[in-house]
Amino acid sequence: MNLRIDAEKKQGSFLLQVNAEVSGERIGIFGPSGSGKSTLMHLISGLLQPDRGEIYLNNECLFSSAKGVNRSPERRRIAIVFQQAMLFPHLSVKANLLYGYRRCRTENRRIRPDTLINLLKLQPLLQRGVENLSGGEKQRVALGRAILANPRLLLMDEPLSALDDALRFQIIPYLRSVSEEFRIPYLFISHSMTEMQLMTDHILEIENGRCIDETTPDQLARKRMAQSPKGYLNLLSLAAPVKQHGLFAYQWGKNTLLVSDGKEVGEALFELSSREIILFKKHPEAISARNLFECTVAEMFESEGRVGIVLSVEGEKLVAEIVRSAAEELMISVGSTLFAAIKASSFRKLA
Amino acid sequence: MTLTPEDIVAIWLSLKVALTATALALPFGFALAWLIVFKKFRGKVALEVLVNLPLTLPPVVIGFFLLLLLGKNGWIGKVLDASGIPIIFTWKAAVIASATVGFPLLVRSIRLGMESIDQQLIEASRSLGAAWYDTLATIILPLSMRGIMAGSSLMFARSLGEFGATIIVAGNIPGITQTIPLAIYDYASSPSSVTMALSLCLVSVLISVVVLVVHELLGKKLDRRSAL
Repeated sequence: MNLRIDAEKKQGSFLLQVNAEVSGERIGIFGPSGSGKSTLMHLISGLLQPDRGEIYLNNECLFSSAKGVNRSPERRRIAIVFQQAMLFPHLSVKANLLYGYRRCRTENRRIRPDTLINLLKLQPLLQRGVENLSGGEKQRVALGRAILANPRLLLMDEPLSALDDALRFQIIPYLRSVSEEFRIPYLFISHSMTEMQLMTDHILEIENGRCIDETTPDQLARKRMAQSPKGYLNLLSLAAPVKQHGLFAYQWGKNTLLVSDGKEVGEALFELSSREIILFKKHPEAISARNLFECTVAEMFESEGRVGIVLSVEGEKLVAEIVRSAAEELMISVGSTLFAAIKASSFRKLA
Repeated sequence: MTLTPEDIVAIWLSLKVALTATALALPFGFALAWLIVFKKFRGKVALEVLVNLPLTLPPVVIGFFLLLLLGKNGWIGKVLDASGIPIIFTWKAAVIASATVGFPLLVRSIRLGMESIDQQLIEASRSLGAAWYDTLATIILPLSMRGIMAGSSLMFARSLGEFGATIIVAGNIPGITQTIPLAIYDYASSPSSVTMALSLCLVSVLISVVVLVVHELLGKKLDRRSAL
C-alpha cells in the first residue's frame, strides 16, 4: 500500500498541514490527543474534505483540489474501526457484519463472511442484539464489519482506547491475525507506544497538526525513552512456562527468565521497563533479583540526558536505561561486557 | 351523550383532515429536518425561523396569509382557479391550514430524533460503502423513527384542534368544512346546545387519549426493538 498525502485543513483555530508519503502494510499514526490524527483519518477516508491539496492511494487520486477530484467516501473503499465500536443499534450482529459486504461489488468480494466469522469467533454472537454485547465483543464485531466490506485500506482510529488493559491485549491478536490472514493494509492511529510497537512497522508522528517525523516503532520508543514515565518498553512474548518455587520459568532464547506473574499455559506477552534493569560491571556474587545475565553492549543511544543500552543476552535483545553519569562511571561502550539484573516481579503481564 | 348526523360528519372530517395533513407534511418534514441537522448551507437560520414561524404566530394570522395566497387573487389561488381546482372553503383548505400550523411541531420532533444519532454511525455507514441516500434510508430513517412517530402524533393532535386558521380559509360549513372544534364553536354560541357541545368535547377528549396511548405504545415498542 502506498499513500501519498499533501493536504491542508483548517478547523476553527486548528490547522492540519500534512505532507507525507508512506508505503507498507502496517502503518502507525502516532501523536498526543488533539494533534490532528483523527482529522487526518477523516481526510483520508473522505468524510472530511481538505481545504486544498491532494491524496493518492496506490497512485489512484482520491482527492485533488487542483484537478477538482473528490471521491465520495463510499467509493474509496477505506473502512474505519472507531474508538467506540459504533455498531448500528437497530440491526442485529449479523446485519451489522454484512452491512459493508452487501454494498461491496461482487468482483471485490475477496473475504467470505464464514471465514471471517470463524477467525474472529463471532458465531455465538450472530443472533444477539448489539446492545447485549460486552465492550470487547462489540469491538470484534466492528472489526469484522470493516473487514467484510473488503476494503483496500483499513483505518483504525484508537480502536483499543475504550477497552481496559486485559481486553485490549485480547483484541490485539485478532487485529493482527485478520490483517495477516486477509492481507489488508492498515493505518493504526494511537497515542500508546505499546500498541505502536505491537501493531505497526512504520510510523508517522503527528504533532500540532503537522507530520514531524517518519520513523519505526523502535526508533520512536528510543526517542521517547526519557520523557515516557515507563522508559523504553521491552516487549517479550514468552511461552510454555515451568513452575519453579512459585515462579514461572520461561525459555527466552538460550536463557531462562523467572517471572512472578505468569500465565499457567500458552503464550504470554510481558512488558519490561528499561528502568527496571540494573547493570553491573562485575558479577555481583549474591543478589536478590532472580534474573542475572551476562551480556554484551550491542548498541548505545541518547535520549535527553539518558543513555539507552541495547544489551545482547546470547542473541536476545533488551534495552536498559541509565543516566549519563552512570554510563561514564561504568565506562560502558559498545562491546563491553555487563551483568544485567532483573527482578522477577518487574515483568508486567499484558496478555 | 347524543351526536347528530352532522356531528358524526364533523368527527370523520376532523380525522380525515388531520390524517391527510400529517401524511402530506411527513416527507417534507423529514427532508427539512435532515437538511437542518446534517447539511451546512447559507440561509439555514432564515429557513429555521420560517419553519418555526407558525409556532409563534397566531393561527388567525396564518389563516389570513393562506387566504391571501390561495384566494382567487393570490399567487397560488390564481393558478389553481385557472386549472379548475377550488381550494378555499373546501376540506382541502382545512388540510393546508392544519399542515401549516402543525408543521413546526413535526420538524422539531424529527430534528430532535436526528440530532441524537451519533455522527460516527453515519460515518461508519458511509465508509462501509453506503452512498448518502443509502445511509439516509438504512441508518438515519430507522434511527429517527421515534422522532418521526412523536412528531406525527403531535402534529395529528394539533391538527385535530386546529381552529383559527381553518375557520378563515375553509370557513365553517356544516358537512363540508366543519371539523369538531368548529362545530363546538357553533354549539357554544347558542345557550340551548350546551349538552351538544359537551358531547363533542367528550369525543375530542376520547380521540386525544387514543392518540396519546398509541404514541406511548409505539414509543415503547421502538424502545424494545432498539434494546434488542
